[in-house]
Amino acid sequence: MRRFDEQLAELNNMMLEMAALVEKTITMASQALIEQDTKRAKNVIAVEADVEQKEKEIESLCLKLLLQQQPVAKDLRVISSALKMITDLERIGDQAADISEIVIMMNGAPYAKNPEHISQMATATVKMVTESIDAYVKKDLKLAKSVIAYDDVVDDLFDKVKFDLIEMIRSDGKHGEQSIDLLMIAKFYERIGDHAVNIAKWVVYSITGKQA
Amino acid sequence: MKFSISNMDLFYGDFQALKNINIEIPANEITAFIGPSGCGKSTLIKSLNRMNDLTEGCKITGEIFLDGENIYGNIDVNALRKRVGMVFQKPNPFPMSVYDNIAFAPRTHGIKSKFKLNEIVEKSLRDAAIWEELKDRLKKSALSLSGGQQQRLCIARALSVQPDVLLMDEPTSALDPISTAKIEELVLKLKKDYTIVIVTHNMQQAVRISDNTGFFLLGELVEYGDTQQLFSVPANKRTEDYITGRFG
Amino acid sequence: MFKKFFRKKPTDRIFFLASWASIIATAAVLFFVVGYVLINGLPHISPALFAVQFTTENQSLFPALIGTLMIVGLSLVLAVPLGVCSAIYLVEYAKRGSRFVKIVRLTTETLAGIPSIVYGLFGFIFFGVFLGWGLSLMSGAFTVSIMILPLIMRTTEESLKSVPDTYREGSFGLGAGKLRTVMLIILPSAMPGILAGVILAVGRIIGETAAIIFTLGNVARMPNNLFDTGRTLSAHMYALANEGTHPGEAHATAAVLLIVVILINALSSRVARFIKA
Repeated sequence: MRRFDEQLAELNNMMLEMAALVEKTITMASQALIEQDTKRAKNVIAVEADVEQKEKEIESLCLKLLLQQQPVAKDLRVISSALKMITDLERIGDQAADISEIVIMMNGAPYAKNPEHISQMATATVKMVTESIDAYVKKDLKLAKSVIAYDDVVDDLFDKVKFDLIEMIRSDGKHGEQSIDLLMIAKFYERIGDHAVNIAKWVVYSITGKQA
Repeated sequence: MKFSISNMDLFYGDFQALKNINIEIPANEITAFIGPSGCGKSTLIKSLNRMNDLTEGCKITGEIFLDGENIYGNIDVNALRKRVGMVFQKPNPFPMSVYDNIAFAPRTHGIKSKFKLNEIVEKSLRDAAIWEELKDRLKKSALSLSGGQQQRLCIARALSVQPDVLLMDEPTSALDPISTAKIEELVLKLKKDYTIVIVTHNMQQAVRISDNTGFFLLGELVEYGDTQQLFSVPANKRTEDYITGRFG
Repeated sequence: MFKKFFRKKPTDRIFFLASWASIIATAAVLFFVVGYVLINGLPHISPALFAVQFTTENQSLFPALIGTLMIVGLSLVLAVPLGVCSAIYLVEYAKRGSRFVKIVRLTTETLAGIPSIVYGLFGFIFFGVFLGWGLSLMSGAFTVSIMILPLIMRTTEESLKSVPDTYREGSFGLGAGKLRTVMLIILPSAMPGILAGVILAVGRIIGETAAIIFTLGNVARMPNNLFDTGRTLSAHMYALANEGTHPGEAHATAAVLLIVVILINALSSRVARFIKA
């Protein structure tokens, strides 16, 4: 294998590692949210630091490859989209950390209603992130496009959460503060979905050369 | 379109160096030809001002039109070469003074007035961005210049007869990076007034300066199109393999 | 140099010694010959040797000196344009490697290898007898021209070939025709090489005796016209040495001959530098 191909394989591995870390932040944040586990929520913030570390490593590898190999065509697309994708991945990590911070702030106060739609959003966004990175590594255009389409599911869930929360406030005014916290959490998930879509679009670019 | 080439085949004796070339070269743009050694790119560029006529056993079929005129028809080859200037791989100033190098071609084409010649020498050297460096050394031998200066002198020499087209056959392959950068700058500046066709082994150079790129392989034009397009999303697998260095 | 010498491998050392010895030997022979001629010749040089008229008393070399210059001048005028133009044709115009070129080349090489006495006999029979020019400047100059023609062609060809093709490309690429390219670009670049050939040819003419005696003759007087006989310095020396009565004058002539050759060489390198500049 050529040195450059080895380096590209290394880039793929690092992207998978970063994606795994990001997945972990979302999953942990979701578990912390559902189980109202502040200790776990604090852990998310630690993992988020690892995500940032990984982002820096990938960034410097990409810059090194741009400088050393002066890549063109597919190689250029793979490296430049990696550079764009890690920004989105890092933002996803940030948002997972933001969710965790709200969980910590809520400090174990019992939920007025089981936040089932929020936990569905968590599952949906984890799936989107995982699949978009899979699509990148496997150069699977169909999978990338399905991630973009899947954003509608997350948006629908967000609407449902909004509806749930309106109901909650309407039933009893004292749930107001908790509703707003949960709305922010839902918004963070919705944003995570958007970032996953961005990632998938860069995957499409890296495969076809067309900006989706 | 400056050049329109259709169904062109070129043979050196029994060897077919170019196979069914069809290409349109737009005016006032920089067109780069890339490809591995022996792919025919230099052969093609040399056909554009009939320098191939000097090679024994070279036979061309098909048509090459310059501004609608078939250059392999009944034309004056010397007049063609006046319209289509050429800069070569190795700087090749003549062993005479800087001034005489530039004045050689205008004199060849009948200009005798000392005043007019002075004017042409200054303008050509200015256009080639080397006037400031050489204005006090016009009487010095051109061979005493550095490689990069010699090549810019050769560009000035080619400009001295006010051609329409400038053919450049790997013009920077013998130069250091700074001289190369100067020539690239110059070429970008010249495209306003000239149609430029450049053969290069340096793909980054093609990316940096050209508007269109043609990729040649084994005498065939594999892909031709917008440079940015070709280097970011090549349409052909062989182009992709070549430009990303995964050739063969 | 010697510090390095002791660090070298034995084979290197042997080769170094051998080449060192060779250059010493060569230089020594050269200096010996020049020195010998000058030491034996210079003391015998006297104003009488340069008297305009040759007499048995003065043994003047002056008529032979003039005769030499005339033969050299005349044969160069004949041979140089012919040889240079032929070489230009062979290198610039003829198809490279064509049959005709091969035949011409073979012929010139054969001509170059023929002993000068054969030229002398040919010149005597053809120019002297057949054309009726007798022993004369014309017969001599024509004969010697034929003799130096291959040399001039050969050296001109070589120096034309050594002009880089990039000059030709450059010139043609500017729309210059063949004639202009040859006259203004290629010939000036080849000039030093061509001149070197001419110097060699001059040396051959000056040193020639056999062919000269057969065609120019060996009469100790200045030729009055192109069809008059005369002698050259070499022929003069040959005559003096042959008679054995004037060894001093023979040596003096040799010294003068040597000086003439040195002068011609110096002059032509001046000319070469002038043309190049």
